[in-house]
Amino acid sequence: MLRDITLGQYYPVDSVIHRLDPRVKLLGTLLFLVSLFINDNFIGILVAMGFLVMAIELSRVPFKFMVKGMKAIAVLLMFSVVLNLFLTKGTVIFSFWKISITKEGVYTAVFMAVRLSFLIIGSSLMTLTTTPNNLTDGLEKGLGFMKYIKVPVHEIAMMISIALRFIPILMDETDKIMKAQMARGADFESKKLIQRAKSLIPLLVPLFVSAFRRANDLATAMEARCYRGGEGRTKMKPLHYQTRDYLAYVIIIAYFVLIIMAKRFF
Amino acid sequence: MEIVKSEKLSFEYIRRDEEGNVEGITRALDDVSLSVKEGEFVAILGHNGSGKSTFAKHINALLFPTEGVIHVAGMDTNDYGNIWPIRETAGMVFQNPDNQIIGQVVEEDVGFGPENMGVPTKEIWERVEESLRAVNMYAYRKASPNRLSGGQKQRVSIAGVLAMHPKCIVLDEPTAMLDPNGRKDVIRAIRALNDVEKITVILITHYMNEVVNADRVFVMDKGKVCMEGTPKEIFSKVEDLKNLRLDVPQVTEFAHALRKKGIPIPEGILTNAELIEALKNVNVGK
Amino acid sequence: MLMLVNNLTYRYNAGTPMESVALKDVNIQINKGEFIGLIGHTGSGKSTLVQHLNGLLKPVEGAVYFNGEDISDPDFDLKSLRFKVGLVFQYPEHQLFEADVFSDVCFGPKNMGLSKKEVELRAFTALKQVGIEDEYFYQSPFDLSGGQKRRVAIAGVLAMKPEVLVLDEPTAGLDPRGRDDLLNMLKSVQEETGCTIVLVSHSMEDVARYADRIIVMNKGEVAFDDTPQEVFKHRDELKSIGLGVPDITETMYKLKEAGFKVSTDVLTVEEAVEDFIRGNRC
Repeated sequence: MLRDITLGQYYPVDSVIHRLDPRVKLLGTLLFLVSLFINDNFIGILVAMGFLVMAIELSRVPFKFMVKGMKAIAVLLMFSVVLNLFLTKGTVIFSFWKISITKEGVYTAVFMAVRLSFLIIGSSLMTLTTTPNNLTDGLEKGLGFMKYIKVPVHEIAMMISIALRFIPILMDETDKIMKAQMARGADFESKKLIQRAKSLIPLLVPLFVSAFRRANDLATAMEARCYRGGEGRTKMKPLHYQTRDYLAYVIIIAYFVLIIMAKRFF
Repeated sequence: MEIVKSEKLSFEYIRRDEEGNVEGITRALDDVSLSVKEGEFVAILGHNGSGKSTFAKHINALLFPTEGVIHVAGMDTNDYGNIWPIRETAGMVFQNPDNQIIGQVVEEDVGFGPENMGVPTKEIWERVEESLRAVNMYAYRKASPNRLSGGQKQRVSIAGVLAMHPKCIVLDEPTAMLDPNGRKDVIRAIRALNDVEKITVILITHYMNEVVNADRVFVMDKGKVCMEGTPKEIFSKVEDLKNLRLDVPQVTEFAHALRKKGIPIPEGILTNAELIEALKNVNVGK
Repeated sequence: MLMLVNNLTYRYNAGTPMESVALKDVNIQINKGEFIGLIGHTGSGKSTLVQHLNGLLKPVEGAVYFNGEDISDPDFDLKSLRFKVGLVFQYPEHQLFEADVFSDVCFGPKNMGLSKKEVELRAFTALKQVGIEDEYFYQSPFDLSGGQKRRVAIAGVLAMKPEVLVLDEPTAGLDPRGRDDLLNMLKSVQEETGCTIVLVSHSMEDVARYADRIIVMNKGEVAFDDTPQEVFKHRDELKSIGLGVPDITETMYKLKEAGFKVSTDVLTVEEAVEDFIRGNRC
């Protein structure tokens, strides 16, 4: 049920992209997203597309699998395209009844569609090729400098990684409690809004109680295994840059420079 | 040498109502004095609420005595500076398999303890491998814990403690939530810890057939240790155990009943083989 | 015959490469007033079967009949089936949610649309049946001990006065006395109300002591369905599917192999003692 969402899933194959340091992938994704929004012409789109296609090819994740993850936001995509298409003012190129399509409208609609789909494919490429653990490690180390301005980077990364570990468990639990209450005649399918909100209480109360109990147990278990924060901790899988990571940085920076140049000169 | 030694250990917790007023004081441990020698396999029996889990948490410095002292490998748990060395010496495995696995990959979870202790990376990998092999879970090192059965998860938890190279492992009802097959695998892994790795094992349980192989058994009730001895000695007292809300293996109960009917076999028979041996010795039915 | 499970097959993730068969052509009859032990190890399909009994899962292939009516029939009132076949899940105390014990037990009957008076009467009776004293009625269920919580949760299902009460490992995590008390309580509820009980369990000893019929599941199929005496005659087959016979029955097998005159169809220690004394004239 809830587990069918592919967005944010990890796709386990071995590829150059999979093996890249998560910090590289984080920066790459960030710059790619920024580039989508500073870019305003077709040359730029072509450059971005080239970059994305190259990354997808190298990742060995089937393109079909990525598109599957996009279904969830297809409606949103359509909505913004249609909205832009009809509501942008400018030179009319086609007009029918009260609806008129402008040159500028087509232009922004296409841009919006490309931006959004590139944005989603680009960011899902990161989650598809990086295990959640690797990602949190990358965040922890990549943002490590922030601990000097009192940001608890290690703690935040630990929290994210524990949350990721417990999401499937709590999903199962939700399923179980739901069934147990349905066996007592609870109705989770009522059409009326108030009824529906009310019917969630028998689900949410046990779920919270259980989440707190688990949190408590887990804290004890972590203490028993000598967890005392990030200080003095070693890493089983420490992050070290390899040659390919430096190379990737060069490519990413080069891509970004190209995008800026495209904006300047065309 | 004694690895765990408690002297007149008592623990009280204060129950409060919603406004924080004291409603009452519960004495969860009452004057517990017991000691466990290095290398021993000790079992602590007791019904739910007998204080056995509270005692276990004292060994790991997760709870601290209200009165009395407890020493772990000679270190007093009341001394704040000893907390981390104590937790490295005495590892702990809990009841719920889901709520003690931190990593999202089996090997990363096993590495969690050594990481916290500041073990160098290369050595962490060695420890993870040997620990997973010791509990027969090496094949699953890359698996997600969510895909394992309860018994497999508990063995991963045991490996996680083992990787910290403790002298002693305390297991607090590790099989209570498992099915019979998972229970068997976990008990086998625990016995291997003691036989092969020579680690002191303190097993807390209410399953009687799990303590048959222990060197010594303590029975707790109402926060006190009320019986102590070898499994044979303990299981000789069938009636006493029943009064303590515990039961005995069916073969022991059977032998006990035959004895009461006048067949002169000894008390405290724990296995089918022992029963047959004893019956042959008294020439019954032949 | 109260219920009939007819050629029931159930697949998880049907139509995908991850398809797996949870139930394979299962045929079971459940009669009024029976105490049935349902045994099988994790993944044998017993939980899936149990969820079909009260319509939480709908039969895809095959059918389930209640009182002669097909529960897949569009006219069949599935919601009322849930009240007639009460299902107590594993660790049922995890579903408690109300501010006090009494209101929590009222939840089921209230959903049935009964009058306030009837709801309260049922909750009161159910709590008495499971042995919860009045002093606990208005306490928060979260303040009770583990064993008490479980009883309250079972009372929450009993209060719907089900004709069939299905319990998925109700004794998991309890200590020996807690386990015996709970099973004895179930037995007396059954004698009092005449309801059918289906007890899902891992413990051969418990099932041998309480059930008058045992259904053994293995890999989604019914492996055995008979009286305990008959089922436990298949010691080797039971062992080969990772189960076995009760410890005392195993002892009797071993004694027999060692040349003692004992019969192997005993199920409890008391029976074993009697049988041994009789057979060996002492």
